[in-house]
Amino acid sequence: MSLATSTREQLTGESANLDLRKILEHAIHGILLSCAAISIVTTVGIVVVLLLESLQFFREVSLWEFLTGTRWSPLLKPQHFGILPLFCGTLLVAGGSALLAIPLGLATAIYLSEYASPLVREVVKPMLEVLAGIPSVVYGYLAVVFVSPLIRDTIPSADLFNAANACVVVGIMILPMVVSLSEDVLQSVPRSLREGAYALGATKLDVTIGVVLPAAMSGIMASCLLAIARAVGETMAVTLAAGATPNLTLNPFEGIQTMTAYIVQVSLGDTPAGTLEYRTIFAVGLALFVSTLVLNVFARWILLRVEEKYE
Amino acid sequence: MLLPETALDSRPERMSEASARKTPVRMTTATLDQSNVSRSAAEIAEQSKKVVTRDVDFFYGAKQALYKVSLDVPEHCVTALIGPSGCGKSTFLRCLNRMNDMIDDTTVRGEILLDGKNVYRRGTDVVELRKRVGMVFQKSNPFPKSIYENVAYGPRVAGVRKRNILDEIVEKSLRQSALWDEVQDRLYDSALQLSGGQQQRLCIARALATNPDVLLMDEPASALDPKSTAAVEDLIFGLKKSYTIAIVTHNMQQAARVSDQTAFFYEGHLIEVGATNELFTNPYEKQTEDYITGRFG
Repeated sequence: MSLATSTREQLTGESANLDLRKILEHAIHGILLSCAAISIVTTVGIVVVLLLESLQFFREVSLWEFLTGTRWSPLLKPQHFGILPLFCGTLLVAGGSALLAIPLGLATAIYLSEYASPLVREVVKPMLEVLAGIPSVVYGYLAVVFVSPLIRDTIPSADLFNAANACVVVGIMILPMVVSLSEDVLQSVPRSLREGAYALGATKLDVTIGVVLPAAMSGIMASCLLAIARAVGETMAVTLAAGATPNLTLNPFEGIQTMTAYIVQVSLGDTPAGTLEYRTIFAVGLALFVSTLVLNVFARWILLRVEEKYE
Repeated sequence: MLLPETALDSRPERMSEASARKTPVRMTTATLDQSNVSRSAAEIAEQSKKVVTRDVDFFYGAKQALYKVSLDVPEHCVTALIGPSGCGKSTFLRCLNRMNDMIDDTTVRGEILLDGKNVYRRGTDVVELRKRVGMVFQKSNPFPKSIYENVAYGPRVAGVRKRNILDEIVEKSLRQSALWDEVQDRLYDSALQLSGGQQQRLCIARALATNPDVLLMDEPASALDPKSTAAVEDLIFGLKKSYTIAIVTHNMQQAARVSDQTAFFYEGHLIEVGATNELFTNPYEKQTEDYITGRFG
């Protein structure tokens, strides 16, 4: 009997606690929701501003001219609004840096995941993270004072600021990303697959090339795409390294301008707000946003499919 | 409840059922009747010793997992390794093809002789060893490739390039593992689309494709449903004609059904080893009796 009473008292005591707990739970829920909301609202806001300003721009310049024009000189007379030179510059830098970073990064990832001793891995991985943490302006500076002279020593006809310059430093910048994402994918290949192959008398190279790499291929492709998206969006280093001359060329030793570098140029300059020249940066920004978005979505889509494969 | 006995009694019947189901096992030859019966102690003693281990100690770091294990694995027999979880039976099995090499910080002492040669001697070609000592794992682990490529993987890494030879090996291995009839129309489909039981038989086919002398099986049926288990057991029974088999199992009826010789492990020690029907009906050691009658473990 006394046991029953005390239980009931405990229960009523707890119900007061319960109310308090409920309020607290709701409050926390609300706080966390508003935190999440801030980032969502910001993203939506950015997209809306980009769209509105670009719309203003496209009232005066046709979308067709913007997308297919081969000259970009909005700040000089006669004005031309063809984004192709900027797009080409971005492509050149992204492609060149990918060409450098992907083979090197993949080889490093395979080494770390399959060959390196735990000790080596413990040392190299944090070092790569340090590499990823260096501010991009430092890379840009590196490009100007170190890489550019090196390139011009080898190829005297190269411009002082050139695309190859940017490719090298952006390649180094995205290298840690390729390595760490690819290494994660390689590590996620189940140990049982490797053991199965070893048990059949496969050598380490057989296992790596014949089993681990194919099993990880889609994940590796996704990590490369994410790294390329990063290269496309990279700003500071390319602004410093690649020059400011919109140039429809695939020659990496000429000066070029990327979409990001153009935005920096206009943002820093004395172009009056509200003018057509000023609005170009929103149109370019929108084009940049769409390119990286497509790359990111594509990469995520590939990654999702990989996760399904291994449950 | 003496399950092992009932299991033994019912085996001939079960095998004839299997024959009625027309699995390739019974297609082998006329000698089938002999091969499908557990061998007696005298028969086991007649077989030459394929694998001999002497005083094998094994350590994970400082933790000792095996103590002075001396076990003979007779040729063309199925040797079952039984014992409670963590008793060292899988560790022992993985010593035989040196799969434990892959785990950092492990030490082996003692001798493991395959056809009289120590597999841990300096200069052993581990790749060659593993071609001779195949392995099937607890969880089926087909590569994310086609059925054909899974089976052809072993021969390919061994250097077989000719398509017609590969075709032949693939068909033979799939027939041996009783999977051919089910997959012959879809050899180039992904192996991951097969059912669990089929995947495990594919892994057996893959192990057979390298034409090993010895087949190690680490709880090959523990993740399978009863029907697939029966298929795999029939398969094991049929395979011993051509291979020497060592199988780790948690399932004592399974040990009783498929093996000629049973070894009982407990806490890293080999407690008892003997002809299966003798060990299950008349165990020598008290611990063995307690375990097989289900009093512990």
